[in-house]
Amino acid sequence: MTSPTDAPLLSIEGLSVYYQQFRALHGIDIAVGPGEIVSIIGANGAGKSSLLKAIVAQVDRIEGRIRFAGEDIASRPTPAIVASGIALVPEGRRLFPSLTVEENLEIGRQIGRKGGGVGFAEIFDLFPVLRDKRRQPAGQLSGGQQQMVALGRALLTDPRLLLCDEISLGLAPTVVNDLYTLLLSINRRGIGVLLVEQDIRRSLAIASRFYCLLEGRISLAGRPGDFDRDTITRHYFGS
Amino acid sequence: MRRHQHLSIAGGRIVLAGAALGLAVAPSFLDAGGLTVLTEFLCLLVLALMWNLLAGYADIVTVGQHAFVGVGAYAFYGAVVLLGVDPYLAFAAAALMAFAVALPAMVIVFRLRAAYLAVGTWVVAEVLMLIAGKLPNFGFGSGVSLPVRVAREFGARPDVRFATIYWLAFALAAATFASTWLLLRSRIGLGLTAMRDNEEAAGATGVNLVRARIICFLWTAPFLGLAGAIITLQKLRISPPASFSIIDWTVFVIFNVVIGGIGSLEGPILGTALFFILREYLAQLGTWHLIILGSLSIVIILIEPGGLWGLLRRVLGGDLIPVSHRARPGFETNRKS
Amino acid sequence: MIATYANLIIQGILLGGLYAIFALGLSLSVGVMRFVNIAHGDFIVLVSFLLLTVATALHINVLLALLLVIPLTFAGGYLLQRVLLQRVIGQSVLLPLLVTFGLSIIVQNGLLEGFGADTHTLSAGSLDTSSLHIGSFYVGVLPVATFVLAVALVLGFDWLLYRSRIGANIRAVADDVAAADLIGLSSVRIYAIAMGIVGVTVAIAACFMGLRMNFDATSGPSRLLVAFEVVVLGGLGSLRGTLLGGIILGIAQTLGGQIDGAWQVLAGHLVFLVIFLLRPQGLLPRY
Repeated sequence: MTSPTDAPLLSIEGLSVYYQQFRALHGIDIAVGPGEIVSIIGANGAGKSSLLKAIVAQVDRIEGRIRFAGEDIASRPTPAIVASGIALVPEGRRLFPSLTVEENLEIGRQIGRKGGGVGFAEIFDLFPVLRDKRRQPAGQLSGGQQQMVALGRALLTDPRLLLCDEISLGLAPTVVNDLYTLLLSINRRGIGVLLVEQDIRRSLAIASRFYCLLEGRISLAGRPGDFDRDTITRHYFGS
Repeated sequence: MRRHQHLSIAGGRIVLAGAALGLAVAPSFLDAGGLTVLTEFLCLLVLALMWNLLAGYADIVTVGQHAFVGVGAYAFYGAVVLLGVDPYLAFAAAALMAFAVALPAMVIVFRLRAAYLAVGTWVVAEVLMLIAGKLPNFGFGSGVSLPVRVAREFGARPDVRFATIYWLAFALAAATFASTWLLLRSRIGLGLTAMRDNEEAAGATGVNLVRARIICFLWTAPFLGLAGAIITLQKLRISPPASFSIIDWTVFVIFNVVIGGIGSLEGPILGTALFFILREYLAQLGTWHLIILGSLSIVIILIEPGGLWGLLRRVLGGDLIPVSHRARPGFETNRKS
Repeated sequence: MIATYANLIIQGILLGGLYAIFALGLSLSVGVMRFVNIAHGDFIVLVSFLLLTVATALHINVLLALLLVIPLTFAGGYLLQRVLLQRVIGQSVLLPLLVTFGLSIIVQNGLLEGFGADTHTLSAGSLDTSSLHIGSFYVGVLPVATFVLAVALVLGFDWLLYRSRIGANIRAVADDVAAADLIGLSSVRIYAIAMGIVGVTVAIAACFMGLRMNFDATSGPSRLLVAFEVVVLGGLGSLRGTLLGGIILGIAQTLGGQIDGAWQVLAGHLVFLVIFLLRPQGLLPRY
């Protein structure tokens, strides 16, 4: 596992995010090394989703620097960022419900890195249940299957960094277990993962490092083993 | 709010009140030609206020408003000439008939999805105009003139007649303005304003929005019908293309409101006044007149969807005609998103 | 007597093909961009004048002129969306309606200024007058060709939207535009391409309208109303519904036209209103 100090894949410095007059993040610093799993935890409204949306240029206005693979991406439009190797699995999956599973996946391939090495066959190997449903409208699938399509769509962009926003939300515990196992096997291919979750226990179990957000600021950061449960909970809710 | 803004709002109100006063005493110093133009102005102002109520507050973008003007014109003619009703009572017939036509029109229009609604109102207006051209006692497609005896009921001498017609238009415009203002300040208006600015807040006001929109749609019909009757009295003729003129009673009206400022009461007044000033210079340009107005309205929408009044309001810092009860310092920023 | 009516109904069906072509572009812009382009009819008339000008200036057949004009109308639709309409769509239905309303008036009066109020037609040489003898009926080659083209266009559109990659992108943006932008599928670009495709249908509609009926600078609104009625009758997003809606309107107008010109238009509107009140979701709704 790579240390974050030598040439991080993603490095964020002094990031502030604004929605009109409202400031969602206050000058935060975050780094993700190549092939690293980093977890962002925090309560509702702590600014976790704003962070991910800021990385893919989907917020009103930001201040600060966002560098990816050594290049400044803060001023680039979303399609250029995705094409350079960052893929977002959005909160609530956000599939196109009337498109078939295959068409949803195909869109991932179109928007991703060119000449990418990921093919449909690999996605269906990873999520065998999707193979039989590939001609069905994505809206007809179960929540867990839809989350697999959303992950597959992101993987087909051939990303170097995967941004996962609340992928376990609203899913049965067994399905979430499967998804986390898959996430680990995705990570083993060398893809960095920035994981946003409200479920602390599960996300800290697979992350090498974590940042805890509280009201738009980092309240705690480090390795999951460095702190006891109480310390993390205290910084999660504030006191 | 800063002191100079208080002053400029007060100044704006004085200008507005002065204009209203000027209109109230106009017959004492204007000749027949001047009164005719002012009568037209007041009728177009009524149409602008009604279109603005629908498009700016009730989320009903109609392109078929000329239908009710035409229905009012035909009902007025039918009552006064064919049924021999007292000319002043015939105005009531125009208002009632427009309202009666609005009921079935509402059933059709409110079944359409939002984006379809505009063209739906246009279809309804086309149907009404084509039916008007099929009416045997109304001169079919070429229309018919109002008999001289009817015109004489409003004054034997032309100057008296023009003054009477002017007073009718003035009364209609005043009643339209005052009642619309009251409607907008009622719970219905409050709910609609909340809906326009923020969907969630609208739910909190507890106003039934569908009912509020239907009330607005029906509300406008009698006023439009009355305007149609006064226009007929002034032009002394009804015909499908003139009484149901989409250019005169809808296109110009939409441009006036858009340029003046949609979704405010000041906007339609400003836009209609500006239209009459520009018309002096642009009317001889023929088709260019409409090209210029069309381009101007698009440019305004791109710069400030709130129109010229929206721009002016930023300078003045507040409304001249307060519609909503709540203070709204956050209004501009909320809407810009 | 029966033969007369059968003949009229055949004429109506064939006219319906033309109406379906009017409606294809409008259906696409409503289905994807969620706004009704009030200037749709005026754009058709504008391109008819463009075809007339090109065919006359280059001394070429109007069908050849159509091939030259199609890339122009694609570019026109693309730029119109990118430069102007993109800035007003999304927030409410009000602004795009008002902008296209303004465009409609500008185009009508611009055409009046440039071409006057005279009526015009387009000519495709001998095709205008040739007719076929089927059983006891004579039908014009041009109306039949228009109808065949309409069917082909409906099938072609069906393929484009449901089988091609760009079609999947267009449907994705129509499904959830915010999701598309969030994952990096640029809705601005897809919208512009969709409007370019609308431009292509406008050119085809303009050509066959000009061949089959008179047009003048102010014919746009009546074409818009026909296209609108066909889209609503057919059902939102339904291409086959568009063909059916066109045929119903074509038959109604042809039968009404037996009385007089006003009844021709009125009959179409009345049939539309009656069917709409009975089936507001359209005859063959997709969703």
